[in-house]
Amino acid sequence: MAHTADTHHGDGHHGSYLERKGGIIATIFDWATTVDHKKIGVMYLFAILFMFFLGGVAALAVRYELLVPVTIDPNTGQVQGQFLAALFGSDQPTSVSPGNNIYNRMFTLHGAIMVFMVIVPSIPASLGNFLLPLMLGAKDVAFPRLNLLSWYIYVFGSIFAVSSIILGGVDTGWTFYTPYSATTDAGHPKVVLMVLGAFILGFSSILTGLNFVVTVHKLRAPGMGWFDMPLFVWAIYSSAIIQVLATPVIGITLLLLVFERVLGIGIFDPARGGDPVLYQHFFWFYSHPVVYVMILPGMGVISDVLAVQAHKKIFGYRAIAFASLGIAAVSFIVWGHHMFTSMSELASTVFSALTFLVAIPTAVKVFNWIGTLYKGSIAFNTPMVYTLMFLFLFSIGGLTGLPLGTLATDLHLHDSYFVVAHFHYVMMGGTIVALMAGIHHWWPKMFGKMYNETAGILGAVIVFIGFNLTFLTQFLLGTQGMPRRYASYVPEFQYLHELSTYGSWILLVGFLIHLFNFLASLAVGKKAPANPWGGMTMEWVADSPPTEHNFHGDPVCTHGPYDFDRVVPPHWDPKDYPLPAPEAGGRPMVAHSPDKHD
Amino acid sequence: MSTLSTSSSSKPLWARYKPAIHFRNAAEEFDACKLGFWLFLTTEVLLFGGIFCAYFIFRTLYPDAWKEGSGLLDWRFGAGNTVVLLLSSYTMAVSIYCIQKDQQFRAQLNLIATLFFGALFLYIKLAYEYIPKWSVGKRPGSMFDYPFAESAHLPLWWSVYYCGTAIHAAHVIIGMILIARVLWRTTKRHYGPTHYTMVEITGLYWHLVDLIWIFLFPLLYLIH
Repeated sequence: MAHTADTHHGDGHHGSYLERKGGIIATIFDWATTVDHKKIGVMYLFAILFMFFLGGVAALAVRYELLVPVTIDPNTGQVQGQFLAALFGSDQPTSVSPGNNIYNRMFTLHGAIMVFMVIVPSIPASLGNFLLPLMLGAKDVAFPRLNLLSWYIYVFGSIFAVSSIILGGVDTGWTFYTPYSATTDAGHPKVVLMVLGAFILGFSSILTGLNFVVTVHKLRAPGMGWFDMPLFVWAIYSSAIIQVLATPVIGITLLLLVFERVLGIGIFDPARGGDPVLYQHFFWFYSHPVVYVMILPGMGVISDVLAVQAHKKIFGYRAIAFASLGIAAVSFIVWGHHMFTSMSELASTVFSALTFLVAIPTAVKVFNWIGTLYKGSIAFNTPMVYTLMFLFLFSIGGLTGLPLGTLATDLHLHDSYFVVAHFHYVMMGGTIVALMAGIHHWWPKMFGKMYNETAGILGAVIVFIGFNLTFLTQFLLGTQGMPRRYASYVPEFQYLHELSTYGSWILLVGFLIHLFNFLASLAVGKKAPANPWGGMTMEWVADSPPTEHNFHGDPVCTHGPYDFDRVVPPHWDPKDYPLPAPEAGGRPMVAHSPDKHD
Repeated sequence: MSTLSTSSSSKPLWARYKPAIHFRNAAEEFDACKLGFWLFLTTEVLLFGGIFCAYFIFRTLYPDAWKEGSGLLDWRFGAGNTVVLLLSSYTMAVSIYCIQKDQQFRAQLNLIATLFFGALFLYIKLAYEYIPKWSVGKRPGSMFDYPFAESAHLPLWWSVYYCGTAIHAAHVIIGMILIARVLWRTTKRHYGPTHYTMVEITGLYWHLVDLIWIFLFPLLYLIH
């Protein structure tokens, strides 16, 4: 790791966790065998960002193909406008199918990588691993070796999935619906490899979730009750429960799919009396709750970043905490809304009604966040810009879910670009934007360096513009009847598709600015103070970057996570930031209690 | 979590065990490990939940195939295997008790007995059920080749039968590996009255393996 921070404590036992252990080989070995949750979190972060890059390239390829509709020259019979086929040097310009095949593989690649390898593990495995023990005042997660094993399982599963790409790619879509997934590319191992990859990644997810649940139960610092935990911890806890309870079902489903493909057991094959809709039920029984594994940690990041950057006690702490658990509970009973068109009317109506329940705890959160911002002393920096972006984009994503959950409107909108736009607003506008907020917010803590604020805000604004250009247009396309997963379209749609593709390029620019900003920060960034934003939670008590066992001595929890109105933040230095004005008639500020043994 | 101090080497290994540094004491570590493992057992139950769900759906859809299929299984082998697994659960429980009382030799004997019963279960399954059935064409799905089938959906019955019992058998094998590891470490005096986390956890796993069979047995062999 080239970005090893030089920290001087004058105390040999309390070096930064990033400190090198000898030469380059020794350092690599040290990282590869580490059981330190901080290093594992950082390794996850880099692995996930790499997969985000791969999935992003596939997304750009998909958008590039859709820049113009495919046309066939009436005179020569030549296919025009198949960019991907031209890019990969296809020698059959008279047929559209090679180009369509590449397109199908690209969107499958994009979906599978982004869902299984990026968004599901993104916030819990990277920020969660790094922050959970720090926020709880613990030295590590409950099972550190299991934690390292989860990372290796993640890498192993990713290699499985990526190897299927090297063998030519999979064209099933990320949902692997039968009977297509059981028959396509018959006799070729690549679909099995991809499915097994997802199966293996599931184990990584289960073990991480299990580890976090036990950590929250058993390793809270003395004095920290359940309602003294930061809301990020509540969110991680809720999503960890879903991970533990839902992932085994996808495990058996994917295993049965592999048996179906390899041995022809017939459970999902209608020709043998099996039922392909059973696969969909099994699949969504996992994959719908997992939508909330993706978004809940994002909501947790937003709760924490929002309160800290607004320097204000969070509004409705318990409401937000219970909303997380409420979303986790409801998430298990709404899976049927993915199959409205293949179920009985009664079942569809029941699932539709249950689906609307999700809106209640979600709206509770959004209103509480807005309530928190009211009269806060809001810092205008990259984490805050991303947080505000989250509120906009996630609200749009959530509200466009309502017409999809309503049976009458869903009949028109399902399998259209409206669905694509909806879940990108939730998944990317929600989870990825929250991840970006979280990375910037905790970057000084993770690496002990500040990033360039101007570049960060610039990148965020460009991402915001690019994102809306890419996906707002897709809502319009969807309402006009553009079906999803097609490599071409009627010329009437070209204008909106073009805008969407330009938007994807702007997104790329925004993310590249962030990438260079991060690299510049690691190379020449200013040294970060222990508490650059004035946070109250335990991770801001630790050094930046934290020492190997996180804290000097054993920390004790003496105040609530967002007591900005009555406690001076740890390591407060008037040079860094001013204290928020005490509320009229409020209690006087008290000093933050230092560590017991500091 | 096997941090062992090198001092006071006259004591057995279990007495010298120190919990991992992020736990406040050994009891907290023990509790955490047990909570974690119970969560893991939940995931196992949910994993088999998929198989049971498929069983009930196809049973409802094709009652004839299910009636014919369970008629083709010999309940005596199923019952025999149930007894074998129940005995193995008993010896496993006794071995945990013995470790808690520091009766190392008796614990080892019981662990060996558990391994024996596990192997016996697999032997009965393989020699009296899988091989004879497979060889006459009672196979899952596309490989089905049994000439006397009456119901059209009998291959699906065998799919569910083989998936359920084979995934269960895989769990038996994993359990036996865990028990063998515990047995080997028992000979080195790793476990005793103050430290027996792995023995307890292995026991929990083995009881789950037993429990799943308790559900598979009546569903597959007994009810028509």
